[in-house]
Amino acid sequence: MSLKLALKIHDSDNVATIFANDIKSGMQVEVRDKKGNAEIITVADDIPYGHKVAIADIGINEQIIKYGEEIGIATKEIKKGNHVHVHNLDSMRGRGDLKGGV
Amino acid sequence: MTFMGYVRPDGKVGARNLVGVIPSVVCANDVAQAICRQVQGTVGLFHHQGCCQLPPDLDRVTDTLIGLGCSPNLGAVLVVSLGCEGTDHQRLVETIAKTGKPVEIIHIQELGGTSKAIQAGIDIAQKLMIKISSLHREPVDISRVVMAIKCGASDATSGMASNCVIGYLSDKLVDLGATVVFGETTEFIGAEHILARRGATPEVGEKILEIVNRMERRAESLGCDMRKGQPTPGNIAGGLSSIEEKSLGAIVKSGSRPIQGVLEYTEMVTDHKGLWIKDTPGREPEILTGMACSGAQLMVFSTGRGAPQGFPCMPVIKICGNPVTYEHMKNDMDINAGLIITGEKSIEEVGEEAFEKLLRVLNGEMTKNEAIQYFSSIDIHTLGPVI
Repeated sequence: MSLKLALKIHDSDNVATIFANDIKSGMQVEVRDKKGNAEIITVADDIPYGHKVAIADIGINEQIIKYGEEIGIATKEIKKGNHVHVHNLDSMRGRGDLKGGV
Repeated sequence: MTFMGYVRPDGKVGARNLVGVIPSVVCANDVAQAICRQVQGTVGLFHHQGCCQLPPDLDRVTDTLIGLGCSPNLGAVLVVSLGCEGTDHQRLVETIAKTGKPVEIIHIQELGGTSKAIQAGIDIAQKLMIKISSLHREPVDISRVVMAIKCGASDATSGMASNCVIGYLSDKLVDLGATVVFGETTEFIGAEHILARRGATPEVGEKILEIVNRMERRAESLGCDMRKGQPTPGNIAGGLSSIEEKSLGAIVKSGSRPIQGVLEYTEMVTDHKGLWIKDTPGREPEILTGMACSGAQLMVFSTGRGAPQGFPCMPVIKICGNPVTYEHMKNDMDINAGLIITGEKSIEEVGEEAFEKLLRVLNGEMTKNEAIQYFSSIDIHTLGPVI
């Protein structure tokens, strides 16, 4: 698997999932969608297998979209090529901490 | 299309022909285990419930054990009771007996203790096993299949490969007139609007939203962030960042057909056809038990990080979406859906391969976890405290 591949699931997604090992900051990956379109992007972080890379700039408090649906909001400014995960994505569901319990 | 199954007196069709040994309470597990060790063809349905619980939970435990006892994969049942438990062992035996299969019960206290109960239980289980061993398989239509589906130890490949394969199987089975049941209500959170739109009627859609709300409120009641509980640390290490992301990948396994309705945790499949939801948590012991209680002959289970679990009276077919995990844990995985990620096979190709395996398992071929008896993933989902 020498090809550095990332898959974008839905047209409106602003993240893609990396399916390659040992992706380091500065490397190029090929982001493919289901229609066969491909775009080469340069990653700006080390990103593990199965993790997400931003394929567009995402502002603070903006929605992060995968499967064409919201999977959380950005807690920091995210630039195209950044690793997107729990350090900069906040879940909006099951948040008893925000609601103070019952 | 047909498969070779055991037609039970109540008309249900089994893919296995086992004697189920069912403790009516946790306190009877040791006796039940000793019986199972001695008698070929027995399976023990060991759990940790059945006493010092509030009445709704005791009913829930009794009802779940009834559902397990009625599983068409069991040709006969031996209930092992301590004698003073909170479950209703009388109703347990009587309701299972209505299926027409042989059911017997022993009480440890009445028989004079552990060793005497073990001896009596072995004698009964031996008799039951000999009795059902002469039953034979016959051809039955594929529409008699009840397939349970689940994903566990998921990673980012699950929603893009293995769950897509299960979605393919689910649509295929529904189109053949069979029944498919999926659960894991926690993993609808963030994707419930999509499922609700697929309800066969507006009422079904509303019911889906209601069970998701109920589950989310339960999670929020402790006043903390659900993350780490769901998604799990393993899910997070695998690249899933939120319950919303996990859910959107999880619901892919339900395919695309309309959702006919919602079954409660203890409910059995009777004349339900098509795609159904069962309201269960995501954790393996509780959902596998709930699904076997539905009367499912088998489960198809997708994983990315590597989930090895099986169930005593329900073969579990493992579909692995991560090509690295598949190679690493081959002895636990039945189907390699990682070839979808590497681009070597399509979802349809792996889907057909999984369907062939499913037919062979219905006909008697063992799954990986069945052959090595990885059977401890069993427990009953209760709601209140142990008191």
